[in-house]
Amino acid sequence: MKMHQLSMFLENKPGRLSEPCRLLANAGINILTLSVADTQQFGILRLIVPDWEAAKGVLEKAGFVVNVTEVVATEVVDQPGGLATILEIIEEVGLNIEYMYAFTFRCNDKAVIVFRFDNNDIAVTALQAKGISVVGGVELYERARQ
Amino acid sequence: MSEFWHDAGCVFHPVSAPDYLPETQLKQLQLHRLRAVVQRSYDHVALFRERMQGKGITPEDIRQLEDIQHLPFTVKTDLRDTYPFGLFASPMNEIVRMHASSGTTGKPIVVAYTQEDLRVWSSVMVRCFAAAGLDRGDIIQNAYGYGLFTGGLGAHYGAEALGATVIPISGGNTDRQIMLLKDFGATAICCTPSYFLRILERAPELGVNLRDLPLKAGIFGAEPWTDEMRKRIEPEANIKAYDIYGLSEIIGPGVANECSAQDGLHIFEDHFYPEIVDPETLQPVPDGEEGELVLTTLSKQAMPMIRYRTRDITTLYKEKCSCGRTVRRMRRIARRSDDMFIIRGVNVFPSQIEEALLAVEGTAPHYQIVLTNDGTMDDVEVQVEVSPEAFSDKVSVMEGLRKKLSASIERVVNIRVNVRLVEPNKIARSEGKAKRLIDNRKK
Repeated sequence: MKMHQLSMFLENKPGRLSEPCRLLANAGINILTLSVADTQQFGILRLIVPDWEAAKGVLEKAGFVVNVTEVVATEVVDQPGGLATILEIIEEVGLNIEYMYAFTFRCNDKAVIVFRFDNNDIAVTALQAKGISVVGGVELYERARQ
Repeated sequence: MSEFWHDAGCVFHPVSAPDYLPETQLKQLQLHRLRAVVQRSYDHVALFRERMQGKGITPEDIRQLEDIQHLPFTVKTDLRDTYPFGLFASPMNEIVRMHASSGTTGKPIVVAYTQEDLRVWSSVMVRCFAAAGLDRGDIIQNAYGYGLFTGGLGAHYGAEALGATVIPISGGNTDRQIMLLKDFGATAICCTPSYFLRILERAPELGVNLRDLPLKAGIFGAEPWTDEMRKRIEPEANIKAYDIYGLSEIIGPGVANECSAQDGLHIFEDHFYPEIVDPETLQPVPDGEEGELVLTTLSKQAMPMIRYRTRDITTLYKEKCSCGRTVRRMRRIARRSDDMFIIRGVNVFPSQIEEALLAVEGTAPHYQIVLTNDGTMDDVEVQVEVSPEAFSDKVSVMEGLRKKLSASIERVVNIRVNVRLVEPNKIARSEGKAKRLIDNRKK
């Protein structure tokens, strides 16, 4: 139940973010969500798109270095303590969260958050055992379309 | 007589006498010494003897000064290839000192001196100081680094031989430099010009106005600098800024120095025979034309250098100088014939940077070295393209890579550089080969 995330290296200067976005737009690829981790010198753009293989091809053709990483998307109840519940489960199994970011849309009044754990498989098993819904790529794309 | 020298803005020191030799006498002395040093190298340095034999010549073939053109060149890699002692022409029990400078493979370039070599070295340094108007009674703050680098000890013993008072403060610790300049009342300072600019900027922050101090002269070298820097330094510090030239392979500082005319550097030709060659064809070019400076040590015992290619581009000229010296002058070093650059007094080759990057990544990434100057200090930035193999979606991994590259470069070249990760294909390639060095320092 993991999904593919594209990540790319960007220099931290004006205009660098718009180029990959424009490339994907021209290819008719919608960005479901993204995050930018930045340092003073550079940024790492992380993208979730419906057709990651096509998007990767477009970006690489333009000269970007693109990595594919597996991440975990979970539903989080959109109320106080929703995220804390998930984090406690992860803490219990002794995992680290490398980074996380949220989707722009909700599913059934629940927020969707993307996680990169240091071990995604253990995380998925632990979350599901506690009844947390881990959302697959296809399912998400379908919902996003609605 | 001594009044004449003072009127000319110079100090006459007896050791400086060879600076004023008539041309014919100088040439006789040069030929005599050239023949001796060629014989010495031939007898004791295998590499040189083999090259002479390869050319089918013997020391007896050197009959006039112009015959020097038949001798083989020596290049920096010869010092590396024979590391550590392969070019020594004296047995160890006659060698009293060694120095070393950074080399391209992490192995340093080693140089050696006999007692007599050290005496000659001190004497040429005295001639440098005298040309800059310094004498007994002057207080010289020596901010060149002491140690394996030739700058510190070279200037130190020269200043002592002059009879001046030496403050052997070595490099660094700018606040203490400024405190001692003020408290000890140094009349001259020896350091790299970029370091003096640092002192110049820092002094007002400490409430010190350099213009109010007894400081009157700076002997600036170990890196190329410009007349623009002189125009800035002189009025701001109320001193005269003199250019000194030298290199470890030849002796260290003391090969040439500016005089009061500040119009080119007088080469101490009785010890260092200069030629200018076309760096492409290696053919000699006449006085007045630009080319690569080639130096032969005429009196060196422990490690003679025959036709050493300095890679420094300059021009020689022999028009009589207003200071009265007859030895030829060379223009300020403007550039080099290879990509080597000098930063904060340290020689760096792009190949060293490449080696350091290779050590971290396993493969050499595309990179570019950008030199800048913020008006005070030279700065180096190494831009490295992020390869697909090296890229990670984790910031910590990328920051870690950047730090590892930076540390690796520092280990190889001994200076701190900024590493900037850049996007792939951002570094321009010409004919598939990237231009490695971009020098954006203000000339």
